[in-house]
Amino acid sequence: MNTRMTRQIVVIGGGPAGLAAAAAAKKNGAEDVLILERDRVLGGILNQCIHNGFGLHTFQEELTGPEYAARFIRIVEEQQIPYLLSTIVVDLARLENGRIAVSVMNRSEGLFVIEAEAVILAMGCRERPRGALNIPGYRPAGIFTAGTAQRFVNIEGKMPGREVVILGSGDIGLIMARRMTLEGAKVKVVAELMPYSGGLKRNIVQCLNDYGIPLKLSHTVVDIKGKDRVEAVTIAEVGPDRRPIPGTEEEYTCDTLLLSCGLIPENELTGKLGADLSPVTSGPVVNESLETSIPGVYACGNVLHVHDLVDYVSEEASEAGARAAEYVSGKDCAAGEPCAIRAVDGVRYTVPAVLRIGKMRERQVIRFRVGEVFRDAEVVIELDGKSYRSVRKKIMAPGEMEQVILPKKDLEEIKPSVITIRIRTNM
Amino acid sequence: MVDVLIIGAGVTGAAIARELARDERTILVVEKELDVCEGTSKANSGIAHAGFDAKPGTLKAQMNVRGSRMMEQLSKELDFPYRKNGSLVLAFHEEDLKTLEELLERGRRNGVEDLRIITAEEVRALEPNVSEQVCGALYAPTGAIIDPFLMNVAFAENAFVNGADFLFGAKVSHITRNQETGSYTVRIRTVKGARKEHYGQNAAALPAELTIEARTVVNAAGVYADEIHNLVSARKIHITPRRGQYLLMDKAAGGFVSATVFQCPTAMGKGVLVTPTVHGNLLVGPDSENIEEKEGTNTTAASLSYVLSRAGLTADRLPARQVITSFAGLRAHGDVGDFLLEEAEDAPDFYDAACIESPGLTSAPAIGEYMAQLIREKHPAPARPHFDGTRRGTPCVSMASLEERQKLIEQDPAYANVVCRCELVTEGEIVDAITRPLGARTLDGIKRRVRAGMGRCQAGFCMPRQMELLEEQTGLAPEEIVKSGADAFILFGESGKGVSV
Amino acid sequence: MANQIRELTCIRCPMGCQIQVTLNEEKEVVNITGNTCPRGAEYAAAEVTHPMRTVTSTVKVIGGELPVVSVKTAGDIPKDGIMACMAAINQVQVKAPVHIGDVLLENAAGLGADLVATRDVEAI
Repeated sequence: MNTRMTRQIVVIGGGPAGLAAAAAAKKNGAEDVLILERDRVLGGILNQCIHNGFGLHTFQEELTGPEYAARFIRIVEEQQIPYLLSTIVVDLARLENGRIAVSVMNRSEGLFVIEAEAVILAMGCRERPRGALNIPGYRPAGIFTAGTAQRFVNIEGKMPGREVVILGSGDIGLIMARRMTLEGAKVKVVAELMPYSGGLKRNIVQCLNDYGIPLKLSHTVVDIKGKDRVEAVTIAEVGPDRRPIPGTEEEYTCDTLLLSCGLIPENELTGKLGADLSPVTSGPVVNESLETSIPGVYACGNVLHVHDLVDYVSEEASEAGARAAEYVSGKDCAAGEPCAIRAVDGVRYTVPAVLRIGKMRERQVIRFRVGEVFRDAEVVIELDGKSYRSVRKKIMAPGEMEQVILPKKDLEEIKPSVITIRIRTNM
Repeated sequence: MVDVLIIGAGVTGAAIARELARDERTILVVEKELDVCEGTSKANSGIAHAGFDAKPGTLKAQMNVRGSRMMEQLSKELDFPYRKNGSLVLAFHEEDLKTLEELLERGRRNGVEDLRIITAEEVRALEPNVSEQVCGALYAPTGAIIDPFLMNVAFAENAFVNGADFLFGAKVSHITRNQETGSYTVRIRTVKGARKEHYGQNAAALPAELTIEARTVVNAAGVYADEIHNLVSARKIHITPRRGQYLLMDKAAGGFVSATVFQCPTAMGKGVLVTPTVHGNLLVGPDSENIEEKEGTNTTAASLSYVLSRAGLTADRLPARQVITSFAGLRAHGDVGDFLLEEAEDAPDFYDAACIESPGLTSAPAIGEYMAQLIREKHPAPARPHFDGTRRGTPCVSMASLEERQKLIEQDPAYANVVCRCELVTEGEIVDAITRPLGARTLDGIKRRVRAGMGRCQAGFCMPRQMELLEEQTGLAPEEIVKSGADAFILFGESGKGVSV
Repeated sequence: MANQIRELTCIRCPMGCQIQVTLNEEKEVVNITGNTCPRGAEYAAAEVTHPMRTVTSTVKVIGGELPVVSVKTAGDIPKDGIMACMAAINQVQVKAPVHIGDVLLENAAGLGADLVATRDVEAI
């Protein structure tokens, strides 16, 4: 197998993260950027997210998914950044010269290797399927992840169901509850295992409440009936241990079960490369530069951690692109000692997980998610065990990403070796 | 009039068809589902058992050991995945050690080669992940794993290209024996999508009902073999569907064990095993439960958690978080306890290959031979002049070396276009699965042949693309495409019709 | 005092602010709290008197690289007109090519907003 080409920066994925990363890399001086996209078009999952609500942060206007994608595609086209479509990366390996061998396959060029100085991982995530949820019952047709159903309706123009039950209240599930209703389907119920919704509050309002679709928290599917096509599903209440409570079963006649039970970053390639992965996010562990444990390999968007807002994906990806451009330019400043960020007491993880103060921007964004619903609680930041700052929040929920900002000058002064982020509740 | 009509295109029926195709005779395989491998053959452990479990002197013992010995060579002739990974039966206490001695003795009497009992240290050297509680094991180096779908597909395809015809979506409703001629009249009802496949011709749609005359009938109807048998014989048999549930784990967990690891058998079966699959996943199961419903392939929360907890005895660090799917299979348990492989006493030329429970998959090659020989003795036929017992399967891009991949792509660039990214299955493989002899017509049919959709996302991403390829290659409309069964359709037609003015 | 307070979750942006709207006896808005931006106040005022929504869906395309094109109402329409709007959308068919921003239906269902395409679908 031949090395067909060398590139400064290879961006894996042409969705919102990859597009923004590539554009930022180019803007920050990288001349030679290539985007690899496995689908037939750029834009990734945004193409099927035809609802609005994107871009308020990035463009100060409310766009639909395809419109948001088109904005970034136009930027990439204007910058004349090349991309390969229907192209899949089959392997990533670090070479002795420190470069990354990207093994690629597509119809027109077959199998070849691109040698890259830097790689930006932007492969996105996948939905948790039925099997991983261990839902018992038959295995008929009519069980789809919400995203698969979304593709059928919004891209293929086909209806995957008429009478629908949805398990999981992730945003795609909520959006599909409304979409299926608008297309004349009857969405009978949305069941959520947890005592809180996994999606954004606004989506509960405008996708469920607007249409009178009931949301049953602390409920799950305990049986699926139908040998060929789904005929009914049984839902039961769960206790605090998340196990079904006998006697609470309710059967819903339906032909379709949609699943919106979580997203998993797609890091099989990252694993092959040998980068450290976080067991909490399933994404790579990154530092302030969004660089993985492999030098020159950056990650952004849903491959890094699952976002609920594409605007933040773009912001994060732009940063990864800028950092990769700095890396290939050789203009690397002194990094300084790495400082670990510990997520404790209700904080599940942080991105980044490591800071090198010398490399920080003036204002470093730390994004995180909480593990349960907190009301009137404080996000407390400690430097080497000493309270540094706290931020009061009216409400924090696992379905919504949170962030705090650390100014570089403070950290330069204090030079902490450990930063701790925790939630303090008023007892 | 056909010479032999075989009911059931599971692994048993397909193996019999292929053996019978060695001779010059007309063969028709009648299958109620839309593809081969739709019953017990698709939902089992995928093991070629060494043969120490069956009671000496039984047909099970005889067929198992013979099948096990044939398997490796057959996997080469018919090009299906086979790996001799060895098997272990673990002992956790004194009582178990006695059972191992019994199994060893049984195995020797059955003719299983190289069986021996090994110490706890030897077990842990072979399998570092087994429980600390293990105090010894029976080691069977001849134990192996196979791809149950592809073995079934391979038998059927090879029978097909050697002249056997197949009816799909065709359920036998009545069989009557013509007392004058001795032949059988078989009445068939069909389902949506039913078709006749004849090698070298396009598939032909079948009418709602049809009748076929057959000289000889072979009953390989799996859990329904009792109903079929009882249509013609006054000596009734009874089959209990014995359900077993499994959990399949991601390839990330595939290296957890290298051998197939059993616990000591019980009255209900071989117990819960932990095994790698030929494709590198980890499989645990089955439990064992007698049920009534012959289509009762639903899983239950209780059984799945039982399987996990039992498998946890074998290996306490079992990677249970890596589960990607679960399924249930039905073993066709006959009241007698042994395979029923004979001409019915009161129905001449009606042959049963019935009550095929474990080790039925391992035994299939031997059952094929055995049944063909029974029929051949009664109705000899000259050898088929151009019989070719070999088959080339669909190339597997994900398992191919770089050089092999290059070569495939040079031949057909579709082998560079990945459709299922989890399992790295290409358009070339899916098109081959559809267009090869007796090719797939359903999404599950594609999955079983080339693994598209069998990975961690379970077809979430590639289902629309697979459907597109099925449409292109077969002319099916999107709404006609099914997962497996006739009514297992995916789509309800176009959007934009929900509300109107 | 017969003032009435309504609690709302703002849907103008993903922040989902909890807004309190105070209405007087004439059902007029007299006070809005809890919003973090002017858009929130606008939303809350409208929501308690005449709730409005943007509708997004798809329209059938003839001769295009895709069978449907995604569309939206260019502005908000009354919430109780959503299904009437869908019925109007379902009547529309367009010939490829279609481009982002193309108006596919003016003043959809008479609800005051045009229906526009939100992506390109080229002809084949």
